[in-house]
Amino acid sequence: MDLALRLLLELAPALGRAPAWVQAALAAFVPALVCFTFVALGPIVYVYAERKIAGFMQDRLGPMRVGPYGLLQTIADSVKLLFKEAIFPRGVDRRLFLLAPLVVNVGAFLPFVVVPWGGRLQPVDLNVGVFYVIAVSSLATVGLIMAGWASNNKYSLFGAMRSAAQIVSYEIPAVMILLVPVMIVGSLSLQDIVSAQAGGLPNWFLFRFFPLMPVAFVVFFTAGLAECNRTPFDIPEAESELVAGFHTEYSGFFFAMFFMAEYTEMFVISAVTSVLFLGGYFAPLPELQTLGPVPLGWLWLLAKAWLLVFVMMWLRWTLPRLRVDQLMHVAWKVLLPVALALVVVLGGLILWPATAWGFPWDRFVGWPITLVLVFFLLKVMVRALRWSRRRAHELATIGLER
Amino acid sequence: MATPETLVTGWDSLDTDEMIVNMGPQHPATHGVLRLELRTDGEVVKAARPHIGYLHRCFEKHAENVDYPGVIPYTDRMDYVAAMGNSLGYALAVEKLCGIEVSPYVATIRVVMAELQRIASHCVAVGTYGMDIGAFTPFLHLLRDREKILDLFEWTCGARLLYNYNWIGGVSHDLPDGFVRACRDFLREFDPITFPELIELLIGNKIFIKRTAAVGVCPEELAISYDLTGPNLRGAGVRSDLRKDAPYCGYEAYAFEVPVGTGEYGPVGSCFDRNWVRVLEMRESSKILHQTLDRLEKMERADVHEKVPKRMKPPKGEVYGRSEAPRGQLGYYVVSDGGINPYRVKVKSPCFTAMSVFHHLARGMMIADIIALIGSLDIVLGEIDR
Repeated sequence: MDLALRLLLELAPALGRAPAWVQAALAAFVPALVCFTFVALGPIVYVYAERKIAGFMQDRLGPMRVGPYGLLQTIADSVKLLFKEAIFPRGVDRRLFLLAPLVVNVGAFLPFVVVPWGGRLQPVDLNVGVFYVIAVSSLATVGLIMAGWASNNKYSLFGAMRSAAQIVSYEIPAVMILLVPVMIVGSLSLQDIVSAQAGGLPNWFLFRFFPLMPVAFVVFFTAGLAECNRTPFDIPEAESELVAGFHTEYSGFFFAMFFMAEYTEMFVISAVTSVLFLGGYFAPLPELQTLGPVPLGWLWLLAKAWLLVFVMMWLRWTLPRLRVDQLMHVAWKVLLPVALALVVVLGGLILWPATAWGFPWDRFVGWPITLVLVFFLLKVMVRALRWSRRRAHELATIGLER
Repeated sequence: MATPETLVTGWDSLDTDEMIVNMGPQHPATHGVLRLELRTDGEVVKAARPHIGYLHRCFEKHAENVDYPGVIPYTDRMDYVAAMGNSLGYALAVEKLCGIEVSPYVATIRVVMAELQRIASHCVAVGTYGMDIGAFTPFLHLLRDREKILDLFEWTCGARLLYNYNWIGGVSHDLPDGFVRACRDFLREFDPITFPELIELLIGNKIFIKRTAAVGVCPEELAISYDLTGPNLRGAGVRSDLRKDAPYCGYEAYAFEVPVGTGEYGPVGSCFDRNWVRVLEMRESSKILHQTLDRLEKMERADVHEKVPKRMKPPKGEVYGRSEAPRGQLGYYVVSDGGINPYRVKVKSPCFTAMSVFHHLARGMMIADIIALIGSLDIVLGEIDR
């Protein structure tokens, strides 16, 4: 609140003469409004992006009719949903049924309060930021269970139960991994975590302790995927099994709210991941941090978050869906042990300098592992390149282009 | 259900409520209007009972009230995903009844159409199976290629879904000029691009394998005792294919393999094997197509209609004609009393027998596996209900 107020005063010095309560109210409302508007309008972009990406991957065009390149399609769709009748099936628990989409949305929106968009561009810099994010992001589960229970539909109930089990399981490895940046920085504040990554690409947490932090990143991102119910973990709303899971019975605006929450959550997970691992609002090179007098930090965070959102969409249109027991298997028998081991090992590495006991650990242990990993990475890349070149050749020989 | 006898203290008797879940007839994964009654305990299905008949259109009764050629449009509407195969079986049966021999040219055209239809049908089967498991993209890639086959059909006979193409003693239209080239163009794209891409994107995917490899295992004896046919039987490891065992339309002249399930990732006869057999069959069909196209190029064009009277009256008798439709053996039992209408037409439907084994395989599965099982049996409700 402090930061926001100072920023406001800088932008409009005349505000300084206003009474204190006006200042306080403004400092509370303006960031909230900006945040809310930005976040609430986000899904319009993401839904369009999702449909276009899906179209691209599936060799078709995606929306093309409403507006140039179908740009207005999502807006048209959301207007349609707004004007549609909200149907209440017989036997629903009306109060819970109405409340559920709101609770889900609250859970999706609240983490934005602590996301730092710049050194001073942050609604609130909580000193327990990470803790807060974990706490409020699980709120959505409550909403999902409410929706599933209130719908009076067995499929919705299945979806709700699945989502509860899934989110509870995947939160544990996610929280474990969250501990790692916290251990490195020694602070729970997201602002502090970002500041520790200043100074360009090599300082991002993703590239610290080289072979280990990328693994941590993958574990966290996977758990994040599961927490926002995206493929391959989309079993709570698996359309081929549960029709639409917990939101089968919703229609009109309430359905749109679930949609909005899902996409918002995707963006939240991506933004938090960027903050924790990808240097938050810092540019890959320090020179790119500003364009003349204009700070570009918020753009960098947006770019990183959108990149991760794109990866989520990419995965969704590529992978099949796991079964419930396989999902639990991944969470408890793969991700959790890996996360635990990472916490222990990284904790040790953070405590001990690279040359503890007079032994150059980095040279004899760290570098060989790194080299092996880089070698495999290159191998995979070469294989992918060869495959694509071979296919291009095949296409050329039969006189086809794509 | 917990009875007083089983209610003893201890972990085993931890009482959970069973729930009847009604899946379908309007459910995205039941491939039409199948209704399943699932008795579930949590996610585990204790028993599944299929209810069929929502798409019953009295095919067999219709057939008794129209003349012999008039039945063909009705056969198209049974397995609407593979209509060419349906009319072929009926035409073969009636030709057998009347003793009509079709010319080699017509037989070759029929093989071309049947194999194109097999690829198109398997495209839908494998694509929707991927979609049941949760992968959307392969479905659209495969439908793109099916669309090209439908274009070829439309070009030939004017229809894209229900063709009325295989007539008694011939086919309705000759192949248009340039058909062979167009068909080759399709295969040149299908063989090196769609097919490897499908395997890369869907079949080789680890999640896909995990979801299907040890699920819905139907061993050889069970498959035979329930009279499964087609890919479902071959998936269980039985090398049985009418095109090899009892060739018709000159299939004996073509070189092709009969792929069977080998249980690469689990027991033989799993959902994966059934689906994998379908994928391999697409490649074999493409092989056959190459050979038929070579043959067509060398052949003289001939009349595609045999001299069959308009009001045909087959001699008194009965006949069972069968063919290897994309979903298995499709048999027609035709009884003639010497009149212009068939006295009786009974269909032996491969999907119906596939559905009959469903309750046996579904016991003890999870709900997600039920979807995988239905998809791997590849049923078309139009053919089950008729």
